Amino acid sequence: MSERRPLPQRILALGATSAIAEATLRLFAERGASFVLLGRTPHKLAAVRDDLQTRGAAAATAVVADLDDTAAHPALLAQAVEAMGGIDLALVAHGVLGEQSQAERDFPAAEAILRTNFLSAVSLVGWLANYFESERRGTIAVISSVAGDRGRKSNYVYGASKGGLNVFLDGVRNRVDRAGVNVLTIKPGFVATPMTAHLEPNALFTQPAQVARHILRAIEKRRDVVYVPPVWALIMLVVRSIPGALFKKLNF
Amino acid sequence: MGKLQKRPRFESWGRFPTLPAGMVPLHWTTDFPLPGPTGAKQLPVGLGRSYGDVCLLENGTLLATPGMDRLLHFDPTTGVLRCEAGASLQQILDFAVPRGFFLPVTPGTKFVTVGGAIANDIHGKNHHVAGTFGRHVLRFELVRSDGSRFVCSPVENQDWFAATVGGMGLTGLIAWAEIRLRPIVSRKIDYRGVKFHGIAEFLELSRTSTSEYTVAWIDCVSTGKNFARGIFMQGDHTAIPGPLNRSKEAKLVFPFDLPGFVLNRWSMKAFNALYYHRQFGQEKSGPVDYEPFFYPLDAVLRWNRMYGKSGLLQFQCVLPRESGEQGIVEMLKMITVAGLASFLAVIKVFGDVPSPGMMSFPVPGITLALDFPIRRDKSFELLDWLAKITQEYGGRMYSAKDARMTAEQFQAFYPQWQEFALYIDPAFDSAFWQRVTGRRPRDE
Repeated sequence: MSERRPLPQRILALGATSAIAEATLRLFAERGASFVLLGRTPHKLAAVRDDLQTRGAAAATAVVADLDDTAAHPALLAQAVEAMGGIDLALVAHGVLGEQSQAERDFPAAEAILRTNFLSAVSLVGWLANYFESERRGTIAVISSVAGDRGRKSNYVYGASKGGLNVFLDGVRNRVDRAGVNVLTIKPGFVATPMTAHLEPNALFTQPAQVARHILRAIEKRRDVVYVPPVWALIMLVVRSIPGALFKKLNF
Repeated sequence: MGKLQKRPRFESWGRFPTLPAGMVPLHWTTDFPLPGPTGAKQLPVGLGRSYGDVCLLENGTLLATPGMDRLLHFDPTTGVLRCEAGASLQQILDFAVPRGFFLPVTPGTKFVTVGGAIANDIHGKNHHVAGTFGRHVLRFELVRSDGSRFVCSPVENQDWFAATVGGMGLTGLIAWAEIRLRPIVSRKIDYRGVKFHGIAEFLELSRTSTSEYTVAWIDCVSTGKNFARGIFMQGDHTAIPGPLNRSKEAKLVFPFDLPGFVLNRWSMKAFNALYYHRQFGQEKSGPVDYEPFFYPLDAVLRWNRMYGKSGLLQFQCVLPRESGEQGIVEMLKMITVAGLASFLAVIKVFGDVPSPGMMSFPVPGITLALDFPIRRDKSFELLDWLAKITQEYGGRMYSAKDARMTAEQFQAFYPQWQEFALYIDPAFDSAFWQRVTGRRPRDE
């Protein structure tokens, strides 16, 4: 698990304009990696591409795509892989926080969160697992969340989408590990990103650049599950250990 | 998870004043103008390293730019870098030094954004040869609250260029900028420090120095034979090829607010004496790394805590060269008598390179910069005296380092202020601008 291999050089980023993804991709760009970047918003995608190229990427191609459209995934992924003559790493980073109170009242809102965070990721990772399995190498790194570790009243729909994703990734890992493929589940805590801009900052907030360094190390070491920053492993251990009878009374 | 944002209070690096405001972090150059109606006035803010209230706005909306930090293009043949306005000078150095390039102008900290560097038209130790930061800005995009966006340069929308360089963030949001970096062959600076006694000796050293970077530390505590002693520091990027690695990140953080009484007349005196005698001989020279040469204080994050919770006041003025010597002596006398002197008082001769901004601070002359711990009974009065002397000698004070100028003083220092006001974005304002236009009392 902890043996070091050369860093991936051909990278497919899904949801490349997410703050954590972008910070991570910068570290690879400085090492001369090549990229195919998928994202929804053309001008944001172009800004990320330009930045990675300036920082030293050997190549960076932007592809505008709506990743909710699972029917389009196989063709999108096949083209991206072909464009780089194969890939070494796929970073799955797209996601939405959604609005919990709306999701409680309105099923389509809950469905939209599950579609983006869970169903779309299942479709993408499913394809990528088959691809890498046939290559007998490679890494699938997926940005999940500590929110998937235990449902809380303030964001359990988002949490369920990430919790489902975590279980799915556990199973995929169990399947493709024997083919030499690494599946990395990344569980960030509070990171100062556009997704969390409405929350009051506190001492637990981390900058994307710092989270990115932990992710890079986890990819390098072929870890299975990583909490970033690592202190969240401890925090979530505590959160998971709270007895249910007490947990249901808590407000957080 | 978290609660919805309350009204936090914001402070600049001087920690005075602290004012409540809302904050909207911008991550993309298209995040502004803000969607939907915003009744409150707005103000872009970078890393908050200015000292007074130039980056504050009571009950306003602060547009935080550090999330817009992309490097959009670099041409290694010309050294021209295009980046988003929230990119910091630290990020640029991390990128540029390993490629053999350096900032054309740098202040005493690398923790400022490009947008902030333009908005305050900052200067550095090479002002006498390179002018201000704005001289090296080729163009930038300005976004106004009405949604219009246009490119400004010395030849394109020149008036907007001139109003925005040194425009204190009031003319609109700078989305991205192009700056010209300068080549270097090593991180090393050839350094020479020379001790001096008195302003006349300092001026003579400045006149005869051929170095690109010159600045002097001056002792503002000692009297008698040690009055106005100091160390004249000069440096040049070395011509000998050497290391071009990226700097290590600072790890030291000043851990707590020092109680106010620790900084007093005697501890300051001891510090100033130590600083002077750190260099044993009359002259000291040799290669030094650029980090301690340009950014000695950046090694300790949050060093402003040294001044305690009450914070510090900065003062920086420039006096015309002819009469300036006498004015500086008068100021130093007043400071030593007040016994409020600072750790690092700095003096430098500005050159003749014209500043590109309508409201840029640097003009030819002698500039003096100091910081004081805030003692309400004494510091405000001393600052008022220093402002008065500045006015008497036909000088001006630096907006980015000021929390106490009166409207009358500001308008005397910058008589073009009304012309500048025509370029201010109708949705923008700042606590500083309110103060110097007589719409807000001075904070006490």
